[in-house]
Amino acid sequence: MIRFVVRRLVQSVPLLLVISLLIFALIHAAPGGPLSTYLENPNVRPEDIERLRKAMGLDRPLGMQYLSWLWAFVRGDWGFSYADGRPVLDRLVERIPATLELIGVACVMALIAALPAGILAAVNRRFDRVSSIFAVAGISLPVFWFGLLLQLVFAGALGWLPSSGRASFDGGDFVDRVAHLILPATVLAAALSAAWSRYLRRAMRDTVARPFIRAARSRGLSERTLLLHHALPNALPTFVTVVLLDISMMASGAVVTESIFAWPGIGSLFTEALGKRDYAVLMAFLMCGSVAVMVLNLVADLAVHTLDPRTRDAA
Amino acid sequence: MSASTQTNGSASAPTNRAPLVAACLLGALLLGAMLAPALAPFAVDALDLANRRASPSSRHWFGTDELGRDVMTRVLFGARVSLAIGLVSALVSAAIGAAVGATAGYAGRVVDDILMRITDAMLAIPRLPLLMITAAVLQPSVPVLVLLVGLAGWMETARVVRAEVLSLAARDFVAAARAMGASPFRVVLRHVLPGVIPAAAVATTLAVGRGILLESALSFFGVGVQPPTASWGNMLYQAQTTMTSEPWLAIFPGAMIFLTVLACNAVGDAIGAARG
Repeated sequence: MIRFVVRRLVQSVPLLLVISLLIFALIHAAPGGPLSTYLENPNVRPEDIERLRKAMGLDRPLGMQYLSWLWAFVRGDWGFSYADGRPVLDRLVERIPATLELIGVACVMALIAALPAGILAAVNRRFDRVSSIFAVAGISLPVFWFGLLLQLVFAGALGWLPSSGRASFDGGDFVDRVAHLILPATVLAAALSAAWSRYLRRAMRDTVARPFIRAARSRGLSERTLLLHHALPNALPTFVTVVLLDISMMASGAVVTESIFAWPGIGSLFTEALGKRDYAVLMAFLMCGSVAVMVLNLVADLAVHTLDPRTRDAA
Repeated sequence: MSASTQTNGSASAPTNRAPLVAACLLGALLLGAMLAPALAPFAVDALDLANRRASPSSRHWFGTDELGRDVMTRVLFGARVSLAIGLVSALVSAAIGAAVGATAGYAGRVVDDILMRITDAMLAIPRLPLLMITAAVLQPSVPVLVLLVGLAGWMETARVVRAEVLSLAARDFVAAARAMGASPFRVVLRHVLPGVIPAAAVATTLAVGRGILLESALSFFGVGVQPPTASWGNMLYQAQTTMTSEPWLAIFPGAMIFLTVLACNAVGDAIGAARG
């Protein structure tokens, strides 16, 4: 088990190097580079820009810049935000709780909807028809449009819920915080539950068609036992894998949702940084997002490992 | 994730007409986009300054925007941009994905390793944020935007194609072709790739929907298609600020994105299910 984890971690190093190279190359291909915000500012003289360029090391060869950036990054020195001069790491860390809160609640909501829907859709034709329509619709729904519509109806027309933010100005009590969470979490959960119910339906269907289920049925087990105790444990490993991979992909889903609802998480930090061309923050965001994907990949493998006894010998 | 493990038969009922409806809808959308100049009730940049911010009426079905432009006309012309980006970017993705997947699957060994590592790396980087940065940096024109969206979406196709090529390359007819002295290039192109087409078609159909979503998301954040060119995404972007007072500006373009992507996904699913 430990050897497996170590091997996977070692394997991920070249992958991370490729990713970092891609990201670094991309950001430095920008016209004006990190200083482009100053180029259009009439109050900043050309000699000031030149001085800044030297001070920030932007006049060195690209290869050198990459290596020194990489070395600093590995040591946890992620540089300073060009926008407000604070350490990038601090800015990211202070946003993490809000994002985790949003993603966590959305995932729980999505699972509550997707688990029964997926199982039922696998065995009940009529329910499958209806849930398929909802599922394909949920997958196709543009997140930003759905968010705007919900704001329009529940915050605007009906006035039931706050349209943005994580809490009211005075900090807000528990009820206030929950009220702020409902809309953004619903937007995220809609797409997730749609996708997850489809995965589970498919995994359950594949399992139900296998001979051991027929054998169990012919032994006279009830459909309920059959589904929940025989089919579900077999369908679960595949399902858990895709769920974990989807959660890692939420880095991008959360960007849209967070910025629509002004949710003070990592996603809205990204859009703020994008508007200000704050490359240090953008680079750190992409690296963290990629690392998160790879870590959850590993977690998914480990989860399958524990859920599916058959894979234990193979690894 | 092994694709195409769905059980054969009984998966989709023969009476299921949803994919057909979806295909017709897509056809109608395409036709509407192509005939936009003839179908649109007004000229694309006609200003009706007396009727600015007008709510939907018999004259302006979808209302008008802050310059008095007819929203229905702009939605129709926006369809050209959005659909074109979706379709062409999916073709770009398919071409790159097929090339990478076929090369990796057939060449094997080191080439396979390198190509699949790059694919993994691309899959690990969050797609939308990466595209948003690229678009913000390059400030692309529409053709470049198509290329970028296509470049961001080839990985799924590459994996599908590689898997299919691996299984096809082990078959006897490929060995026969090789024994008859066909070059690797010819074997892949004439014998292996045709068998890959069904699987790649599913991935490509789904990529059309994803491309439209990506374009609209980019434009929604102001880094995609730039005004005055109308795309569904940048119409939504402009509608955002006045949404409470003029909701029709946001509702109609978004509904078009939703319907189009829905139709693409329904058709893609149906093709996938039909293959079994």
